[in-house]
Amino acid sequence: MLPFCFEWLWGIDHIIFFGLLYLALVIIGLGLTFVGIKTFLQVVGILWEKDM
Amino acid sequence: MDSVLIPAGVKRCSLKLFLLWTLPWLGLLAWGALSAFLCLWKGLNQTNMTNYFAFAVWIVFDLSVIALGAGAFFTGFLTYIIGKKELKDIINIAVIIGFICYSGAVAMLGIDIGQPIRGWFIFWHANVHSMLTEVSFCITCYLVVLIIEYVPIILANRKLDEVPDFHLFGNNLHRIMAVFAATGVFLSFFHQGSLGGMYGVMYARPFAFREGFYVWPWTFFLFILSAIASGPSFLILCTKLVQGITRKKLVPEKAFQTLAKISGWLLASYMILKIADTLGWIYGVIPKAGMTFMDFFSEGPYGVWLLICEIIIFGIIPAVILLIPKARQHQGWLITGCLMNCTGIVLNRFVLTIVTLAIPVMPFDKFVSYLPTWQEWGISLALIGFGVLVVSLSYRYLPVFPKEAELNPVAE
Repeated sequence: MLPFCFEWLWGIDHIIFFGLLYLALVIIGLGLTFVGIKTFLQVVGILWEKDM
Repeated sequence: MDSVLIPAGVKRCSLKLFLLWTLPWLGLLAWGALSAFLCLWKGLNQTNMTNYFAFAVWIVFDLSVIALGAGAFFTGFLTYIIGKKELKDIINIAVIIGFICYSGAVAMLGIDIGQPIRGWFIFWHANVHSMLTEVSFCITCYLVVLIIEYVPIILANRKLDEVPDFHLFGNNLHRIMAVFAATGVFLSFFHQGSLGGMYGVMYARPFAFREGFYVWPWTFFLFILSAIASGPSFLILCTKLVQGITRKKLVPEKAFQTLAKISGWLLASYMILKIADTLGWIYGVIPKAGMTFMDFFSEGPYGVWLLICEIIIFGIIPAVILLIPKARQHQGWLITGCLMNCTGIVLNRFVLTIVTLAIPVMPFDKFVSYLPTWQEWGISLALIGFGVLVVSLSYRYLPVFPKEAELNPVAE
């Protein structure tokens, strides 16, 4: 059942297909998380806007 | 009344005039909403789709707007990855057009599948060997990327920007936009290709079937190339239309010229490969299927003229117009070239969807024609209404064109 596919099979086709999908989702997720954390740190005054 | 929301240093029409402008587009949306309601309530019997035409006008619209919306990812690629600085003046409107095209296409597909409540099945019960599964995954993910790219533009609104949290979030998001742009390029590359691959793998339909490389038929690569050739042209057309309606210069001419030149070269490359593909089809696929070229064009209204229109009139001619510097610098020729380019790509999507399904493949089959119902037109045209409304609202309240104030100084 994992990773997040009801009919998951441990085959190269599933690994490539879902691997690339999760890669894209992880990049999007990490990007948003980074922006969220950075904004939070700036809002609470730990980080200045021009930092990083 | 809404002047506090209008970007600083630019002039907009009165709110009354703006609301009047939105009326016809709201009318189109209402027509679409009624059609959608009927399709969801009574079912797909509200359409003229049959077992012959499981793909119909909605898919033609979907494929067309997805190809024309490729201007978003390709302009993002040229701006953030290649570093074409002049395109920063047009990237915001590219993102908005991309968002309209993709969100409209996804909404239309929601009705097309008949039971949107089961739409998640394609994600949960994924058939990893299906081109359509890949298209569904990539389009959904890319729509998320487009929303992320749209958010900083929305947060740049005069009032929203006064909120420090929004200002910081928008700025931070904008700073790592290259990451999202690169992800968008990756996702777009595959879904544009898979849309073409979907037709090329139809072995039982020799009109669409193509040989190819590994698991990808040639149509996979042709769809990518045609999308990135027409996307910039569509972006030029939309921006010129906004300039014409507002009677303002919003983007420096250099950005248009860069896009037109790139579009011309890509269209020329596409035409060379398309001609090679057509010859390969005529002398390879058709004889192997035991048919002749004219077998495909002997019935119904779809004759050889379609091929001539697609390759010569709406292919080679616009490529030549966009490739000649003096021609593309002339406003009339630039718009003609871009319009013909976009028409050619829409015609290509129409031929591969409708004509492919109309042509009989069995000896006992007959030629079947198809005309959309008013409900099908309603949902398709609602996309235009939605698009005009989103562009109008964005133009009025958001700093979509960074050089607008500079190019149109407001007299104090």
